Amino acid sequence: MFARLARDRYAWLLLPAGLLILVLFAYPVFWLLVRSFSDPTWGLQNYETVLEKTIYLKVLWNTVAIAGATTIGALVLGYPMAYSMVHAPPLTRKLLIFVVLIPFWTSILVRTFAWMVLLQPKGIFNDLLIGIGLIETPAKLMFNRTGVLIGMVQIMLPFMVFPLYSVMSRIDHSYVQAAANLGARPLKSFFRVYLPLSMPGVITGSMLVFIISLGYFITPALLGGRKDVMIAQLIQQQISDFGNWALASALAVILLVGTGLIFAVVYKVFKVGPDARL
Amino acid sequence: MKRIAFWKNLRALICLLVVVYMLVPLAIILIISFSSAPFLSFPPPGFSLQWYDKFFTDPSWVRSLMVSLQVMIPTAILATLAGTGAAMALTRSKLPAAGFIQGLLMAPLVVPVIITAAAVFGVFRIWGLYGTIPGLILAHTVLTIPYVLSTVVTALGLVDRRLEDAAANLGARPFTTFRRITLPLILPAVLSGLLFAMVISFDELVVSLFISTPTVRPVTVLMWSNIRGATDPTIAAIATLLFLFSLTALLLEGLARRKTNQPRVL
Repeated sequence: MFARLARDRYAWLLLPAGLLILVLFAYPVFWLLVRSFSDPTWGLQNYETVLEKTIYLKVLWNTVAIAGATTIGALVLGYPMAYSMVHAPPLTRKLLIFVVLIPFWTSILVRTFAWMVLLQPKGIFNDLLIGIGLIETPAKLMFNRTGVLIGMVQIMLPFMVFPLYSVMSRIDHSYVQAAANLGARPLKSFFRVYLPLSMPGVITGSMLVFIISLGYFITPALLGGRKDVMIAQLIQQQISDFGNWALASALAVILLVGTGLIFAVVYKVFKVGPDARL
Repeated sequence: MKRIAFWKNLRALICLLVVVYMLVPLAIILIISFSSAPFLSFPPPGFSLQWYDKFFTDPSWVRSLMVSLQVMIPTAILATLAGTGAAMALTRSKLPAAGFIQGLLMAPLVVPVIITAAAVFGVFRIWGLYGTIPGLILAHTVLTIPYVLSTVVTALGLVDRRLEDAAANLGARPFTTFRRITLPLILPAVLSGLLFAMVISFDELVVSLFISTPTVRPVTVLMWSNIRGATDPTIAAIATLLFLFSLTALLLEGLARRKTNQPRVL
């Protein structure tokens, strides 16, 4: 009885965090979402604007295309990386984890600035390419899709590598061994046994990268051109430059619902989610 | 067998590429920040500390550094207290809908930050918190609570509950049990949450960009407004300082975690 009463007292400890999140997060987000239906009058006119104007549709398409390309890029680089991390000797593994982790904890602004220095027309990368005679005039590597993807894939790579790593390190290698014993060539046993077993990691990682990329702001804004505007940047422009809360809030709802839907579908269909331990 | 060698080499090549891809940009920023040349050339013609000197003597940079620190410290303390409290409540009391509550508290991590930024900006203008230090502190606290919460919840799950029961049976009041038994056991996780919160607040850009004004402007926001026209290595020097700050926090966090062999949460 007393022990139970004492335990119930712990519930009060929820109050500070609960109030902070409710007042400073849940309410503001709710306020924003409501505006998409109520500003200037109640109705769906803001969504109609987004879906009728080619420029806004183009932005939605850019967002999906850039997030998709980033996911593929991160998977192509991340899968071999995670595989090597699992199968490397302990010291190399630690080193590889460190390599993926260090940039993970470096501010995105710092990393994007680094790419700006590297990729600009008179930057190091162009100097290098001209120096080895690969190109004659500086290539346009930023303020376009190339720049956005170079920057985005680097930033998203850890979100791909860690889910892959955690799934791969739990794969029982005797299955692959068994396939080999039964006469499967290494490549075949990889595609028929190892790859299917690592699929939960591929799905979780890809979903994480795709979802986070959808709402990305800093990197596309700094490394992209006018044709690479993504939804987050459009929201920012509409609010800061035009004070157009009606449109911005409709875009926010589209982003939020889109993100949530992908999350729910992946969770339902594949029974995996980001709670698969990173 | 040749085919296997080909795939193995390809994998090694990709890994090498990834290592270069992840580290080289950072390394170049580090090197350029010590350049003696007033432009972003590589390799630098000579060594100098003038860009660091410029950062620490330029009034606008110093002022924004002060803003960042004034926001970071209260944020980290508030988020750690609130997050640890919530973690205790979620694991030690029989709350109805604990899963839902935890989901709500973790939401700032899941909702795209641009949405949080726009939403907070909207209501902060009405509440008069726009462009103020308390406003920045409150917004950052909300963003960092999930990190503290998830770290501490994991740690509390690993604490042997019989120790707490034993203390209670021996007559310790709940707070005494917490202070003498639970807290020492989860302290590494609490410290690691504190460090996460510090780094995230100091590096935060998107929300700060919306709710700061030219008079109250954290380092990252000033960096953002100067980054496009950046021609000299001052930004590289600041980037290096930010990087060293994160690296130190990460190493300290690793040390804290090693003490209890706690698994990494993020």
